[in-house]
Formats: sequence, structure tokens, C-alpha cells
Amino acid sequence: MNVGSWLLWGFVATVVLTTLMAATQGLRFTRMSLPYMLGTMFTPSRDRAKLVGFGVHVVNGWIFSLLYVLAFEAWGRAGVLLGVAIGLVHAAFVLTAGMRFLPGLHPRMASEDQGPTVTRQLEPPGFLALNYGVRTPVSVVTAHAVFGAILGAFYAVVRG
Amino acid sequence: MERIGDHAAIGDGRTVALVSRGGTIDWLCWPRFDSPSVFAALVDDEAGRWTVAPAGPFRTERRYLPGTNVLETRFIAASGELVVTDLMPIASDEERRRLLGPDHEILRIATCRSGEVELEAVFEPRPGYGRERPRLRDAGKLGIRAETRGGLLTLRADFELRIDGGRAVGRVRLREGDARHLSLTFADAWPAILPPLGASEDALARTAGWWRRWSDQIRYDGPAREAVVRSALALRLLVYAPSGAVVAAPTTSLPERTGGALNWDYRFCWLRDAALTMRALVALGLRDEADAFVSWLLHTTRLTRPELRVLYDVYGNAPMAERTLDHLSGYRGSRPVRIGNGAADQFQLDVYGEVVDAVAHFVRSGGTLDEETQQVLCDFGEYVCRHWQLPDEGIWEPRSGRGHNTHSRVLCWTALDRLLMLHEKGHVRRAPVELFEQNRAAIRREVEERGWNAELGSYVSRLGGSELDAALLLMGWYGFEDPRSERMRATCRRIRERLGARDALLYRYRSGDSPGEGAFGICSFWGAELLALGAGTVDEARDAFERLCGFSNDVGLFGEEIDPDTGEALGNFPQAFTHVGLVNAALSLEQRLRGEKPLEHEVPSRGEEPVAGVVT
Repeated sequence: MNVGSWLLWGFVATVVLTTLMAATQGLRFTRMSLPYMLGTMFTPSRDRAKLVGFGVHVVNGWIFSLLYVLAFEAWGRAGVLLGVAIGLVHAAFVLTAGMRFLPGLHPRMASEDQGPTVTRQLEPPGFLALNYGVRTPVSVVTAHAVFGAILGAFYAVVRG
Repeated sequence: MERIGDHAAIGDGRTVALVSRGGTIDWLCWPRFDSPSVFAALVDDEAGRWTVAPAGPFRTERRYLPGTNVLETRFIAASGELVVTDLMPIASDEERRRLLGPDHEILRIATCRSGEVELEAVFEPRPGYGRERPRLRDAGKLGIRAETRGGLLTLRADFELRIDGGRAVGRVRLREGDARHLSLTFADAWPAILPPLGASEDALARTAGWWRRWSDQIRYDGPAREAVVRSALALRLLVYAPSGAVVAAPTTSLPERTGGALNWDYRFCWLRDAALTMRALVALGLRDEADAFVSWLLHTTRLTRPELRVLYDVYGNAPMAERTLDHLSGYRGSRPVRIGNGAADQFQLDVYGEVVDAVAHFVRSGGTLDEETQQVLCDFGEYVCRHWQLPDEGIWEPRSGRGHNTHSRVLCWTALDRLLMLHEKGHVRRAPVELFEQNRAAIRREVEERGWNAELGSYVSRLGGSELDAALLLMGWYGFEDPRSERMRATCRRIRERLGARDALLYRYRSGDSPGEGAFGICSFWGAELLALGAGTVDEARDAFERLCGFSNDVGLFGEEIDPDTGEALGNFPQAFTHVGLVNAALSLEQRLRGEKPLEHEVPSRGEEPVAGVVT
């Protein structure tokens, strides 16, 4: 495995994904903000949550990019289409299983069954994160496809 | 449709909702003052409302919780008594760090105080100035959701609500001691925060505490203290907290004449209004808002400096272009309803004097000016020197064209006079003194020669003219004329003769520009203040002031104008300008009653203590 290439392009892909999602949020395509959702796991302060969440999101991005890289190494090649394919699977996982489990993992997220409580007040994402706007799946799928494309295009597979 | 003055205002430093006597929120723009409306029944019955009130007939009594902008409406029905408490929750910085709370929320808490009352709630959002009819979706424990173009509305209640077309309705019978809570939140950019309804009482306590801590800072012990505190609270509602901008009013197109077309959008920051507001708050000892406004002013004017625009949006950008919303029927048929304001393109020279004078008051209260601010102020002065001879639209913003307005000339004089004073006392280190002095003297000469009509025995609105307007009363206020001088007393008498209505009310002018409009709130208070400043006796001043205070609505709020026939509020509501007039008149009257020298424009030398007796 090419560790240097993974660290560099994993970071770049994460930054681009974060930027794309923040842009779609700013343009009111979606209210979903993964850094904010991650940050509120650690602190109720909005401003601090955005900062902490950004750091956690970058680390998460690196970790997830490792899975992409391991897949490329297993296949012995990388490429844009392969990257996009993994990105789509990744997005599907985030939108379905990830969003479904999130209320159980997140200490400040309300559940659809119980409703809000004193400690759990953050709106849950719901199926395909549609609670955050009907265009949320488009935003998530696009961002993850680009994430995969960057890794696929630029990660240099170690030739055995 | 309820009358303008039948409303009370609640807010959170970002926007304001108007609540009617009947328990209906029929004006709300979210997330900020100039956003499209969610409820706008005040300008069209079909444009959205949210009612929480007894199901049958009732009469109401209202009040704000003392020292707060939390509204309490008491519904007295045949079977019992219901109290609805309305608020937009606010948290301190420390509480924000500790608690995850929604960005935008309205809480309505209904408590049965005696007997039995059937409570009815009708939620009918029509976002986008009534053009959107969002689909309401029941999300179970997460409430009733309405996805709109602007964001997500979530309504929750601790009783059953059912969706009925584009409305959510619910009824519940309450017995003595029972309480029900309703929460409406708005999420535009982030996932919604949905506070549990059981925490509503905590939010009420936090919000009331926040407002009380704020109003406890008010330093005023003169006449009509309650009206002055209410005015300060109303002015604080109009401050957009994230930037420090002050909007003129939270509404658009409430008419200056019912049924007429004098309907304007006031949800922007006029530098003149904001400067006057800041000065009133500083005089009451509320320095935080003054600091925020000076910062906002520096930030906002960066792109156009030294030229000042007449009005800005809350973040200092040019406001949206003026246009009409022809699908709205208007308040009691007063069409058109406008959004945006065409006055943004006008040339109004008095703004420079207002801003520089406000900064001088800021310095008097102990504020200091950094190098950048000093330079900006000098740039304003040089701009005034280059432009004061030009005709402008002036304070009343007529759409009929420019003229050589006496008031604008006096405010140009004021700008240069205050700058020279600030320089003399060391607050503005480098200033072109000779240039400022020459122009100040030239303006005075022109106003004294051409602004005075010897035949009429009065100053006049336009140089060489014979019309009067109430802004001439400010010549004494700004120190251009001694309020006790023969010329000022004569002008005051003429204005009362020509512009006076009953009970100390004054029209701003009587010309073809605004036919049929009401008496102007702030002008009426200017009249009372000039009496307090020396143009009349103490008793005359106090009598005029008290009679004018009597024109507020039941919770102490004023609109822009007052119908002299009925006493009803007219124009956008509540209006910063009128409340500023009330505060300033009260302060001048208090000084006169204490025997203090009124109308102090002096600033202390740099390093000295703030001027005593005015602001501490």
C-alpha cells in the first residue's frame, strides 16, 4: 500500500467532499451537515460542534479512504469508475444503514419513536436522510461519487 | 383583520412576530426581519396565521411580563379564564454553550387560570408572502412538518393536532391549573433542533431572565418610566443581534393612510433611524448596542465610504429592489404591498449629521474612537464640505424630487460642528479644521438668511420657501438655534398653528406628497421635547408629553403615525422612530425637571470621565 499517496489523496478527497456538502447546504439543497452532526456528539455548543465536527469528519474521511485504497490494492488497479462505484456504495450505506443507526449512536439525537427529550433534541435524519430536505440524497450521492473519483484517479497503486 | 394597534410584538433579536388581541400571530418573517413571511394575515387574510385562543367568545387583557418582551394575553370567557404566554426564546452566551437549542422558535404556553376553557389552535402557514401552500405532514412524535422553500417548519404540541388540508387544528378542554404547550421551530440551514415541550417553562424562565437583566441596565427615573422602559424594550426588539443593525420596523406596507397607497417596506436599517435609536439607547445607559452599531457602521460603509447609503439590509448590503406583491390585498385594502424600498437610491444629506452626532453621543458616554473610525469621520466631513450645497430628497424621502431642504443643511452643519468638537477634545486627532470651519460658517449663513422667512416669521422647509415641516423643530435639538431664542419659539408657534392636530399631535407636513396621512409620532414627540428644551414651560412640556404617551396601544407600542380622529396607530408597527422620540422627549423633560442644563452637546476631552448627568 502506498501510504503517502493514501494520506495525500484521502485528505484531498475528504476536503472536496466536505466542501461540496457544505456548498449544497449553503445553497439550501439540504440541511444535512455531517460535521455538525458529528460535532454535536461531543458538545451542545453549536459553534464548537461545527469546529470539533469538522476535525472528526476529516479523520473519518481518511479512515474511509483507507477502505477505498485497500479495495484498489486488492484489485491491483485504481481508476475513476472504480472509485465512483465504491463511492456510490459508500453513499448508499451512509443514507440507509448509517442514518438508520445514527439516532442510537448519537447522544443528542431524538428518535422518531420517542420524540425529543431533554438531552436528545437534534432532528433525526430519517430514511435516506429525507428529513433534512428531499434533495439530500442527491447531495450525498454526488459528494461521495466525487470522493471516490478523486481517490480512484490519483491514488497510485503499488505495483507488486 | 385586526387593527394595527391591536398587536403586540415578540422577538429574539433576529426577527419579530406580531400577536393580535385575539391570540393570532399574523405577521412573522423568518429567519430574519427581511425574509419572506411565514404568516402575513395582517396584509391579506389568506396569507397565513397561527391562532391559540379559546374556542368561544371572549374578551382579552394583555401585558408584557415586567421588564421583558414576553407577552401575556388573558382571555376571559364565560366558562373560565385562559392565559397564553407568547415568546421567542433567547439564551445567554453561556446558556448557548451549555444547551442545544433551536435557532428560531416561537413558544406559546396556554394555562387555564380558572373554570374550564376549550382551547383551540389553528396553524395555517403560508410562506413566501402567502404564495406557498406547503404540504403538512404528521411525523408523529417529531411533530407536524411543513417543508417550505425557505426551510422546515415544525409544529409540536402536547395535545392532538390533526391536519385539515393546509391547516393543522386542535382542540382541548382545560381545567383550572391545566397547561398546554406549543412550539414552532424553523430550520433553514442545519438539522432542526426540537426542544421537548416539557422544557418550555425553562425556556420561558431563561428568556424572561435575559430580558430582565437587559432592562435592569436602563438608567432613567423621570416621568413615564414605564413608557420609557417599554420603548427601550421595543427598540431592542428591532436590533438585529448578529450584526448590530437596527431596522426601522419589522413590517412592510402597513399603511400611513388606511386604504391608501403610502405603503412602504421598513424592514431595513436606515442610518438616520439607527443613529437616533443608538443615541436614545446610549442615553439610557445601554452601551452594548451602541458599540455594536458603531462596529456595524464601520463594516457596512466600507464599500461606499465616504458616501453613505440611505438604508442597508441587516448585513450592510443594498436592500432588495422595490417591487409590489400584487397577489396580496393589503391591510384593509391598502394596496400595493411592497417589498424592498426605492428610497435606497435617494440622496439624503442629513444622514451624515445624524451619524456623526450619534458617534459624538457615543463618545460622550465614554466610548473611544480608534484611528480607522477617526479617519472615516473626517472623510464624512470632507464629503459634506463638497456636497452640502446640493439639493437632496431629505428626511421625508418624497418621491416627488429633490430640493434645498433646510433640515438637511442644518444636519450638514451638525456634522461639521461635532467633528470640530471631537477634534478640539482630542477624539479625532487629524482633521482639516479650516475647511470644516469655513463650511460650517457658510452653511449657518445660508440657513439664517434663506431658511428664515421674515414674512412668515418662521424657519421654512426649503430655502426661500414658505412651507413648514416638523423637522425644523430639531434645529433647537441639534444646537443650531437656542431652543429659547425668539426665532425658535416663533417657528415652534407657526408649526403648531399649521401642523398641529389635537392633543399635542403634529403632522410632519401638509403638502401634496402624503395626502390624508395621520399625525407623525416622532414629530409630535419632537414638539413636546422642544417645549422641554426651553421653547415652553415645564408644565406645557409635561402636559404635551403625557398626552402623547396616551396614544400608545394597550401594551405601550406605537406605530409610525396616529390617526388624530380615532387615535389608532397607522403605518409600520412597532416603529423605532416613534419610540426614539418618546425616549428623547422623556430624557429632556427629566433634565428640565431636575434643573439640569438641557441639550448638552459637549464631549469630554480624551481621557476625561464621561459627561456627568447624562450617561454614566
